[in-house]
Amino acid sequence: MPTLTLFLMISAALFSIGLLAALSRRHAIFILIGIEMMLAAANLNFIAFWRFDPQPQSPTGVMVAIFSIAIAAAEAAVGLALVIAVYRHYRTTSVDKLDQLKG
Amino acid sequence: MTGELVDQIFVVAKHWLLSLLGGSPDWVIQIASSLLNIAAVLGAFLTLFALISVLERKILARIQNRYGPNRVGPFGLLQPVADGIKMLIKEDIVPLRADKVVHFLAPIMMVASTILALGVIPYGRNMTPFAIDGGILFFFAVGSATELAVFMAGWGSNNKFSMLGAMRAIAQMVSYELPLILTVLPVVMVVGSLSPDAIVAAQSGYRFGAVPHWFVVTPWGATAFLLFFVSGLVESNRTPFDMPEGESEIVAGHMTEYSGFKYATFFMAEYFGMFAVSGLAVTLFLGGWHAPMRWLEFVPSYVWFFAKLSVLLFVFIWIRGTLPRMRIDHVMGFAWKFMLPMAFACILAAAVWHYQAHGLAGWLWSLGVVVIVYFGLSRLADTKKKFAPRTYRFAE
Amino acid sequence: MSTAAFIVIATLTLAGALAAASLSKLIHAALCLVVAFVGIAAFFFLLGAEFVGLVQVFVYVGAVAVLIVFTILLTRRADENTGGFNWGGVVLAIAVFSALMWAILGTPTLSIAAPQIEALTVKRIGEVLMTDYVWPLQCVGLLLTAALIGGLILVMEDKR
Repeated sequence: MPTLTLFLMISAALFSIGLLAALSRRHAIFILIGIEMMLAAANLNFIAFWRFDPQPQSPTGVMVAIFSIAIAAAEAAVGLALVIAVYRHYRTTSVDKLDQLKG
Repeated sequence: MTGELVDQIFVVAKHWLLSLLGGSPDWVIQIASSLLNIAAVLGAFLTLFALISVLERKILARIQNRYGPNRVGPFGLLQPVADGIKMLIKEDIVPLRADKVVHFLAPIMMVASTILALGVIPYGRNMTPFAIDGGILFFFAVGSATELAVFMAGWGSNNKFSMLGAMRAIAQMVSYELPLILTVLPVVMVVGSLSPDAIVAAQSGYRFGAVPHWFVVTPWGATAFLLFFVSGLVESNRTPFDMPEGESEIVAGHMTEYSGFKYATFFMAEYFGMFAVSGLAVTLFLGGWHAPMRWLEFVPSYVWFFAKLSVLLFVFIWIRGTLPRMRIDHVMGFAWKFMLPMAFACILAAAVWHYQAHGLAGWLWSLGVVVIVYFGLSRLADTKKKFAPRTYRFAE
Repeated sequence: MSTAAFIVIATLTLAGALAAASLSKLIHAALCLVVAFVGIAAFFFLLGAEFVGLVQVFVYVGAVAVLIVFTILLTRRADENTGGFNWGGVVLAIAVFSALMWAILGTPTLSIAAPQIEALTVKRIGEVLMTDYVWPLQCVGLLLTAALIGGLILVMEDKR
């Protein structure tokens, strides 16, 4: 079994890739993809810390990961609904072109 | 003693094969054991697929008063071999504007996910290829990948009919996945486990020495079984819910641009999906590999499993030969307005049954719940008044 | 064996994630995201949290990925390019990554081997979920209902 450091490194890399997608792409769906990736990286951290806990206690890390997956699903649903609503209104999905304060 | 040996012959054979590897490191044995399981599942279901593909044509022919395939081999039984050779040597056409990678990966993903789903079903005593604590969840997790595969097929083909077929397929699969999973819930609730082995074990034994402890003999179980079966029909895109590939409307749906071996792979995936859903129905409601009578227990367990599976497959084919295709809006309305509330009623009825200690009173109470909800829903969804001309709303 | 599995899964996950972040075609990016999510689920299996791995596959591959591809279909226009790349984001991501790596590699207490623990059964998760975590569970239920209604209202067309 690899050490905890390796899992944390993978998780950090995933988080950074998600951040890269969220910050540098202009398409709204790419931003959502990046956010999902960052959430998944955080889940990986929770599970890894739970597994490497020296004293086996209540599965707190697992519970947080389960709740986080549920919340990520809700976030994706609302986020994508927003993308569709914005697209209907402005006929674009590029976040750079959405610069109006009035509808 | 010999009865037990016949019952466990495959398990014994596997242990004997693994003992040939004695002395190798642990991981070699692990991998060899998994490979044996995979080979067994693939071998059994490819044979069943070949058999069922010719039997389906025979049964359909019988229903439609004609002969069916009868030229290749005795009674046309070698027809699948001829079909296989034909499919293999056909030209593989990929459209010029297709998304080549996605187009290529779609059939693979489709058949892989259905084969994975077949892995968690207990085929006999001690005969679960992939015994995992959350087996039922695994089944639905890998099964949900088929939706993505259908989408990939529709998108990759770059064809309007393909895309329309894929959209229809995904819409109805997503809608019917809810009742499919919700009808599994009462069983999981009563047994208290997500493991298929535990569910089968909970259905052993007989009431009054004659009626088996299968969940299908309880009112909630019978209702849930029917709902599960209808949802399974939709999930495997079978008639009367085969709008995604309705050949008179949209050629062949997401499979329009596939030919040769890739088309055969889709065909195989459809049948494997049918086997998986029927197998899960047998496991959940029909007692898995348990015999229906005590004096029939000398018959090996896997024979019982495949007998029940064959009965369900026959019903699949029978329905295909009997019912016309439904209209897409009726199918969707049926899912949300009838199947979903009925599935919730099943959960309630199962809870009532469970808290009346599985006795006669609980049986009657749960029957009451199911009947009341059924009549209430039929009254609410009274379609007799609403046979007005249909208004069409086109996509923008 | 688990080290070999770790290397394979890590390569697959990071490759999928990188492709999802950098490919120009949206559909390809979404499908690569699925690969990354399946890789993360495999990590969960490797760490002994099978239930979470299954939930991850079920929710992300079965629901979120389908949602994303549906949204791509509904907002697709032939002339619109998905391009546009902000190099500042790359710089920031690399900065965050190096800071995280510095913190992880600079903490020697993290390089521990996994202790022996008993397998986490679904039954145990269910018991904990229904006792210690029953309030969070209710809140998540409420949140999901709110998200369902909110999503529906957002995409409902005005009947004008």
